[in-house]
Amino acid sequence: MQFSGRRRKLAVHSQNDLYSHCLQLYVQPPLENISLSEFETFAVERLKLLKTVENLGVSYVKTTEQYTKKLHAEISNLNFPHKAEVDEASFTKSQVGPSEYEKRRKDHISHFILRLAYCQTEDLRRWFIQQEMDLFRHRFNDLSSKYKTEFLHKNNLKYDTLSADEKMNLKDQLINSTFGFSGITIVEQDFYKVPFQDALDLIRTRKVFLRGGYAYIPHQDIVTIVLNDFRTRLSKALALTARSLPAVQSDERLQPLLNHLSHAYVGQDYSIQKNIGKISLEQIDPLSAKSFPLCMRQLHKSLRENHHLRHGGRMQYGLFLKGIGLTLEQALQFWRSEFIRGKVDADKFDKAYAYSIRHMFGKEGKRTDYTPYSCMKVILSNPPSQGDYHGCPFRHSDPELLKQKLQSYKLSPSGIVQILELVKGMHYQLACQKYFELTHNIEDAGFSLNHPNQYFMESQRLLGGVKEIKKEVEVPQKVQENSVTNGTSVSRQPNTTQAMEEMGDLDSYFADE
Amino acid sequence: MSNSDYDPACLPDLLPLYYRRLFPFSQYYRWLSYGGVTKNYFQNREFSFTLKDDIYVRYQSFSTQNELEKEMQKMNPYKIDIGAVYSHRPSQHNTVKSGTFQALEKELVFDIDMTDYDDVRSCCSAADICSKCWTLMTIAIRILDRALREDFGFQHLLWVYSGRRGVHCWVCDEAARKLSVAARSAVAEYLSLVKVRKKKKKKNNTYISHYFLQYAIVGQELLSSKEGVDKVLNLLPEDILCDLLLHYQSEKNPTKRWERLKTLVHQKRQATSKKGGQYFDKEIMLQYCYPRLDVNVSKGVNHLLKSPFSVHPKTGRISVPIDLRNLDKFDPFEVPTISLICEELDKPRPDEEEEDDTKDKENEIEAGERRKIRDFKRTSLAKYIKLFDQFLDSVARSRKGDMLKKSDLQKDF
Repeated sequence: MQFSGRRRKLAVHSQNDLYSHCLQLYVQPPLENISLSEFETFAVERLKLLKTVENLGVSYVKTTEQYTKKLHAEISNLNFPHKAEVDEASFTKSQVGPSEYEKRRKDHISHFILRLAYCQTEDLRRWFIQQEMDLFRHRFNDLSSKYKTEFLHKNNLKYDTLSADEKMNLKDQLINSTFGFSGITIVEQDFYKVPFQDALDLIRTRKVFLRGGYAYIPHQDIVTIVLNDFRTRLSKALALTARSLPAVQSDERLQPLLNHLSHAYVGQDYSIQKNIGKISLEQIDPLSAKSFPLCMRQLHKSLRENHHLRHGGRMQYGLFLKGIGLTLEQALQFWRSEFIRGKVDADKFDKAYAYSIRHMFGKEGKRTDYTPYSCMKVILSNPPSQGDYHGCPFRHSDPELLKQKLQSYKLSPSGIVQILELVKGMHYQLACQKYFELTHNIEDAGFSLNHPNQYFMESQRLLGGVKEIKKEVEVPQKVQENSVTNGTSVSRQPNTTQAMEEMGDLDSYFADE
Repeated sequence: MSNSDYDPACLPDLLPLYYRRLFPFSQYYRWLSYGGVTKNYFQNREFSFTLKDDIYVRYQSFSTQNELEKEMQKMNPYKIDIGAVYSHRPSQHNTVKSGTFQALEKELVFDIDMTDYDDVRSCCSAADICSKCWTLMTIAIRILDRALREDFGFQHLLWVYSGRRGVHCWVCDEAARKLSVAARSAVAEYLSLVKVRKKKKKKNNTYISHYFLQYAIVGQELLSSKEGVDKVLNLLPEDILCDLLLHYQSEKNPTKRWERLKTLVHQKRQATSKKGGQYFDKEIMLQYCYPRLDVNVSKGVNHLLKSPFSVHPKTGRISVPIDLRNLDKFDPFEVPTISLICEELDKPRPDEEEEDDTKDKENEIEAGERRKIRDFKRTSLAKYIKLFDQFLDSVARSRKGDMLKKSDLQKDF
């Protein structure tokens, strides 16, 4: 990899040569200069795409229409290339938005940037390879047959095809052994003779005819072969990249971005409080049961019971409360009144704990207005130990205890089973989403959960929608409704380009202690 | 009788004799060197020994055949396992920078264990075997052997009796030795058909049909007992099931019962005329007879497997190669035990003198070797070592053929 290529100028290839196909295997690294902001934007957008790939991959079977449609939509929204059928005209500046050429360029560059961020540990590499493969598979399958062949040739995957005679000789075996083929299609389609080591997935599931160490693969299944090739190359490339990484990390402009990308939350940061002061303290108790995600419900409950929370819990819960609209004064009152009921007297509270609450609101120290923690942060950092109540219950609680807790919250047994399954598969945010669906009595949450405050807003939006009808009857709810109507305008799918406007200083995204 | 009353307590006395006079070291070395084509192939191979009192030592490696002999004669291992060829000498693995000591190559291996068939045999269970259920092993061997040769193109398969209740297959082709973990796992899954019942090979059906009647119906009395009948009926559709139940009330002969089943299935198949009809009878046979593999044994490149010509401490039997040309005649109870062959050592055989003379003229072997050859020839081990030799010859021939091809390609005459 030539990292210095980014800083030195090199001959720029003519547009037509470089990106002649919408799909590529990312063999050659990009050799041009780009601005830092483009660097950041590309990286974050691709990361969003890959996260969507991951989420969709878990929520839907990969061959279903829903999966394809949703992924397609995301690819378009983020301006990545997907269709091969583009005429020459749109190669240059097209009607609206970036041209096809620009999309392909972004695809190329963003992939290589993410390699830098995801090459460092085995887990990161595995994740990156998995999502890139799924993305590639989707895009390849989307191509028409003509473009598939073009792709194969451009990428030197020259497997021999069977001659017509050979095909006739093997006709019966091919029909019997090849999944989904009849006599007619055998004649029409090309069959490739591939060494079995290159076609392991098809062999494993017995989907193709195997003889003498060669798999006889129809054209339509060639994607599996290509994917294997893709995976091997990417795996090797990542290993190489990891070795060159120290050189890249010495550049202070890139280092913070790369470090944060692998733990990135790329949605709204909920630090913009459009609903400040709309929540009253008396509402917190009922809200905790209705609209808080399980982690915050747990924290609130233990605060009420023990009249105390340790530091990790105070941070996670305190910032969340800030995010739902508590003012500094409300927060101080809230925590103070609770702690006093415990072992802490008023003086001690003002001396020790008040400071840290003000700190959270950016009124002390270096005055950073800290942002509420995203799910990623809660799940990945600072695991709770004995006596702690922070963290993500789906991730950090013992499954038995989690089950009991959910039962005590009167969730349906089948729902609990589903949640536990997701937990077992390590899909913690999806488990929380399921919790949302069960507690709000809906089929589909309609959003992809990645932030506790997002949970709150979506919940309020949902409940507000119902309450709107009963507005006249339930007066005490009035205050809440205001925040709900505000909430409606603020809350939307986190993965929009709108959030991208707030890119300014990346550090504010990942505010740490 | 081949048993010669093996007593595990005698093992400490028998093993030194075995390793000093009978174990085929030169063939063994010849095998694992693979013609010396790859440098240090033998030297980087891991062996593990199980010594007396269950002391287990790993990462044994040897520089020469002589060193291997001396060490084995010194330690007298109860069990010997063969592992992978590593990037460095296994005995020095602690001195190598961590992460760089890697398993590089190993034969592709399969382990078929009779206990995996417990649910389909009524005669024995767990570690026991008898001639009735050994048929299952025969079926499995035939199916695997064919699949490995025809489907995957492998040629050099060494089938070895494990000494008690199973067989191992060592695929020694160069391509096989170089397979990755993913590839090994894919091959094993391909072969483990019992789980994935999609495509059945015609040839396999022939084997199964051939053996099924004898094994399952007669030998295992599949359709004789109520349990057996129930198991079978579970796999059939409602209408056939009812008819059979009625029929079985009067007809007690299991063979006739199977015939009726087949007829009914066939009739149904004709009637439905769906593509790929309903081959319930074949399904039943497959369920019972298809090879059951432990995928984990085959997956790992560094997996350690019992070595051929190792002794089985509980039965005393030697892990001998199996002759596939006479597979039907193979009887695990006729396999020589260590006590038998040690006993045979003392009894001279008349025809050995002439054989030796001709051998000496052809090769130049020192006295020690000559004696060794004389020794094992006296025993029942002889035919198995000969089999091993034939196997090694064919591996060597094929290697020479490949090298010729390569040099031809390089126009190197």
